[in-house]
Amino acid sequence: MNPLRLVRARPKPAFTVTVDGRTVEALPGRTVAAALWAAGVTSWRTTRGSGRPRGVFCGIGVCFDCLVTVNDRPNQRACLVPVRPGDVIRTQEGTGHED
Amino acid sequence: MRTELVVVGAGPAGLAAALAADARGVHVTVLDAADGPGGQYFRQPAAELNARRPRALHHQWRTWERLRDGLAASGVRLLTGHHVWTVTAGSGTFTVHALLGPEEDQPATVHADAVLLATGGHEHVLPFPGWTLPGVVTAGGAQAMLKHGLVVPGRTAVVAGTGPLLLPVATGLAAAGTRVSALVESADPRRVARHARALAGKLPEGAGHAARLLRHRVRPLARHTVVRAHGEDRLTGVTVAALDAEGRVRRGTGRYLPCDTLAVGHGMLPQTDLAEGLGCRRDGPTVTVDDEQRTSVPGVWAAGETTGVGGASLALAEGHIAGRSAAARLRGAVPDPAGWAPAARTRESLRTGAAALDDAFAPPAHWTEQVADDTVVCRCEEVTAGAVRAAADDLGAGDVRTVKLLTRAGMGWCQGRMCATAVAGLAGCRPDAPRRPFARPVPLGVLARTPLDQPPQDHSPTGHSSTGHSSTGHSLTDRSSSGQEQPSSDRPSSEQPLSGRSSSDLPASDRSASDLPTPEQRTPGLSTPDLSTSDLPTPEQRTPGRPTSRRPTSGPPPTG
Repeated sequence: MNPLRLVRARPKPAFTVTVDGRTVEALPGRTVAAALWAAGVTSWRTTRGSGRPRGVFCGIGVCFDCLVTVNDRPNQRACLVPVRPGDVIRTQEGTGHED
Repeated sequence: MRTELVVVGAGPAGLAAALAADARGVHVTVLDAADGPGGQYFRQPAAELNARRPRALHHQWRTWERLRDGLAASGVRLLTGHHVWTVTAGSGTFTVHALLGPEEDQPATVHADAVLLATGGHEHVLPFPGWTLPGVVTAGGAQAMLKHGLVVPGRTAVVAGTGPLLLPVATGLAAAGTRVSALVESADPRRVARHARALAGKLPEGAGHAARLLRHRVRPLARHTVVRAHGEDRLTGVTVAALDAEGRVRRGTGRYLPCDTLAVGHGMLPQTDLAEGLGCRRDGPTVTVDDEQRTSVPGVWAAGETTGVGGASLALAEGHIAGRSAAARLRGAVPDPAGWAPAARTRESLRTGAAALDDAFAPPAHWTEQVADDTVVCRCEEVTAGAVRAAADDLGAGDVRTVKLLTRAGMGWCQGRMCATAVAGLAGCRPDAPRRPFARPVPLGVLARTPLDQPPQDHSPTGHSSTGHSSTGHSLTDRSSSGQEQPSSDRPSSEQPLSGRSSSDLPASDRSASDLPTPEQRTPGLSTPDLSTSDLPTPEQRTPGRPTSRRPTSGPPPTG
């Protein structure tokens, strides 16, 4: 059993996005975080101080742990932003800005 | 955009309130950040995923169907994708400021005669070594990702912490194909049993979950806690240990459970940012309301977790009452509480139950002993427990605010929403009532372009404010139930009540009471199938489509 089968989902066709240069499939309607989880990715940010990896924590947009760079825009909350065809998703290092 | 009643939050409380007010002819607009109604409790799969059996992930599905169908048949305007960041009062109107778009950078405003805050809550998690590792998620977060994105974070999970949310999260993950190896609950079952009477309504639900746990072979570990999450760059397992009667970890009881997911939570905190900005009185972390769900600020109602965490059924009852009260007050009438007596009884009994749950499911009393000095407490600013302790012990910080100034704990993106309770516990002080100017980050460009009317005025809980809706020919400052009178300056000579639809798109300055229809002239409200769950009044007890009262005025006459 997986969640899609549990609710008998018939998703619209998947599209592709890139995650740190790797092409992965994503289902429409999902958030960037859900697409990354489905692709087996659980961390996509390193912290500003000690460079530790982070991913989803609160899952509802409150904690800001899941910040990610999407299409060159850093600090997007992956758990809120919908994934779009062709998105270029990159691990965000530190602030995400070159400084 | 202009509306009579703006509801912030489309969860159980917000939807129940919106439907109750709409059924009484009020023009209602509901704003929510999500892409559809339901809130966290009734969060639905993304439409594009085309789930044909979404109820497999839900409880109380019939209730959701009633809300959903009621909304569809109603005149309620639902604005999704609206991230509300502040509500301001002034010039006889409230202005709700929201951000739109995937990047939340497009501003939008809604003007309203009254505001109903149904902003829900969020989970709080106490820190422990390893809790920042990827793979460690909040219990509610795991559930939200599952309900909306139909996705799970790994193959093997441990669900841990304390509180009634853990059971449905464990059974939900298990049903979705995750192997849930253990449900680690720090509460003592005997303590829960002590409240059996107050929790009677919850017991069948709990028994259902327990049966599902058995079926999915989830091992329940009561009076246990997670003492460490292990892993280098992601979670590989957790150590759990037994607690003694005082809530201390018992030496030598630790055992390792391999897992790639830890779903952990220690209860819920009310989301009160917007109420804070409006100056609503609070009691600890919750917004204070009266029997009609009115806050201390005239024209502002609150319902659901914002006014005290108690679950979806309580939120529905509170929302229903708040919506009916707002509908009557918007017409200048005093609502008759007898009309919502069944919902009030439900509210009463569920609030008692919520207090019992609070007591039964407290985190381990000595949780701070498990937090090593090198454990990160503030996830945003990477402030360790050692730094927080040093601020309190060596530098003499006696409150969370001073700890924050000394360590930056709580100064990051989340503004302390994740760590404030833990920082207070580690520093040995009481949690501060948070003071956050905005409910979410706002682009500076938006802020610069936003005329914030006036700064929120001083609405003292008992005193009068100058936010009477005089320009709309009618005032919501009337608090007749508490014997208060309004300042005469707020009271226009015309006592005609405001009624809205025909004038709702006019700017406030263009509106005058004289050219507004009276309730009798007004188009009757839509025949909304009002909410009729078992804990709410039945349709027969209500009069959908008609205002509860047609009395044109309310409250004591102006004085002076």
